[in-house]
Amino acid sequence: MIELSSITKSFNSGKPNQFTAVDSVTLTVHPREITVFKGPSGSGKTSLLTMIGCMARPSSGRIFLHGLEAAVPFRLDGAETVEITSLPERFLNDIRRSTFGFIFQQFNLVKGLSVLENVMLPAYPTGEGRPVFRARALELLEQFSITRLAGQRVELLSGGELQRVAIARALINNPSIIIADEPTAHLDSKLSQEFMTIAGRLKGEGKSVLIASHDPIVFDSPLVDRLVEMRDGAVVGSRSCR
Amino acid sequence: MKRTIERHLNILEFTLASLLRRRGKNLSLLAMYLLVIFMLASLQFFVSALKREAAVILADAPDMVVQRLMAGRQDLVPDTYAAGIAGIRGVTAVRPRLWGYYYDGLNGANYTIMADDQQAAGPAGAAIGAGVARARNLAVGDLLPLISYNKNPVMLEVGAIFPSASDLVAADMVVISPAQFKALFNFPEGQATDLAVTVRNPKELATVAAKIAALFPDSRPILKSEIQRTYQSIFDWRGGMTLMVLAAALLSFIIFAWDKATGLSAEERKEIGILKSIGWETSDVLLLKFWEGTVISLTAFLLGVVLAYGHVFFLSAPLFAQALKGWSVIYPRFQLVPVVDAYQLAVLFFLTVVPYTTATVIPCWRAATTDPDAAMRY
Repeated sequence: MIELSSITKSFNSGKPNQFTAVDSVTLTVHPREITVFKGPSGSGKTSLLTMIGCMARPSSGRIFLHGLEAAVPFRLDGAETVEITSLPERFLNDIRRSTFGFIFQQFNLVKGLSVLENVMLPAYPTGEGRPVFRARALELLEQFSITRLAGQRVELLSGGELQRVAIARALINNPSIIIADEPTAHLDSKLSQEFMTIAGRLKGEGKSVLIASHDPIVFDSPLVDRLVEMRDGAVVGSRSCR
Repeated sequence: MKRTIERHLNILEFTLASLLRRRGKNLSLLAMYLLVIFMLASLQFFVSALKREAAVILADAPDMVVQRLMAGRQDLVPDTYAAGIAGIRGVTAVRPRLWGYYYDGLNGANYTIMADDQQAAGPAGAAIGAGVARARNLAVGDLLPLISYNKNPVMLEVGAIFPSASDLVAADMVVISPAQFKALFNFPEGQATDLAVTVRNPKELATVAAKIAALFPDSRPILKSEIQRTYQSIFDWRGGMTLMVLAAALLSFIIFAWDKATGLSAEERKEIGILKSIGWETSDVLLLKFWEGTVISLTAFLLGVVLAYGHVFFLSAPLFAQALKGWSVIYPRFQLVPVVDAYQLAVLFFLTVVPYTTATVIPCWRAATTDPDAAMRY
């Protein structure tokens, strides 16, 4: 479970051009659910996800991760909870690697590298043996029916194939939370549907899926468990879709 | 510990994959780098080896050589000079030397002919250098026919061939008895080519030389240290001249490498952003860049040094021979005895590998320290 307590993110603090991207958001994201953050561009969805995903720190407020297995020194409420906002960079990286998998709007795959290498990329600095994560990557390719593309360079792939590679990459370190930022922005309706099917499958495997999107195929999907509506950096509505 | 090693190995592996995808660019960079290291290392090996050879030759040279000048040209020295010089205090020995050059019309080679009773292998024998043996296809026991200045044949039986390790000194040498020498060149009795003088105390060499010059005004005493200095400066000068010629190439490479290493393209910046966003730390990205610089510069350095070694010590440096040899004492067909100066190699390493690797890592520092969420906003 992810617990956000009065999270605010401001840029250029104290300057005339100060801008508040996220404004006092308090929220609970439940595990093993698909939570969609809905809202127009500039509503603070991406900023919120970057803070949850340990990519950026809030200007104020706290984020708690419950049920975390990552080895970090500061824990609250026994061994299961970590308050991530005050952790040093190094521990944040550890948590980010082991707990979160990211799917970006542009997929952000590294050109010139093969599909397999792209999928293995997040595992390289973990210190895990290469044969181990290579086998896992091949398993993921098989799971997404793209084994035949393993040696193919990513710039030669179609949109749908790119999407599956990006998802496989997000799963290589076996994270418990998947964060997807506008994953269907560059996909047609069929591929967007396919993405939601995969998201449902991940949920079925026990993963929490957080999606920022303003695509109706995503937020109207029957697979979504909770919809969080955002506007001007604030949460204007949060409801269960069950 | 195991995880740290695995991390390094994984990132190194990714570095290689990463370098391979810009194959053309990196191979051309490697080729240029290799060429520069090859040239510099060849030059260094060659000059070091020549200087060492020169030092080896001169180690056995007499303390002082006394020549006689006639109208500014070297002339024969009467044996009476030897007795006069031997009488100077501090001089332990004076040895009249007989030596000269013989042009062999048969193969167009010049031999250095020396008279020496001990080495000549008998009154009608000769000890010859490996170069002469090659040129005339001779083995021990064969006859070496030379034509005297009186147009008479002088038949010499090859008693010994100098080992090829002494090629630089002895490749073109034919050592015969003084009687044969005089017969070959129609050399006048009671004369010598020059005098080899041994002095007990090396500190007195200059004083003894001054006394010789005073005693025999037409003599020219040459000290061993003067010969050494001439050799060293000739090779240093030649090395320096070659380096100047190479300087333009070197400078172009430095500009090219600096530009390549320091300039971070938009694509590279984006890649760094992606790596950070998927969990790479700043130190991981810097490690990647470090390996990138190291792989290129170290490969170029090692290959360049190995190729230079082969070029100088196995092929006798055909690329530099014209610029650096051409020294009349050294017979053109010789193979340098391998000598590697670790200090100079270390200097070359620190002047090439270290700056390049540093220039690769430092510009990435800024890109690598950007927030990982930057990639979310591409």
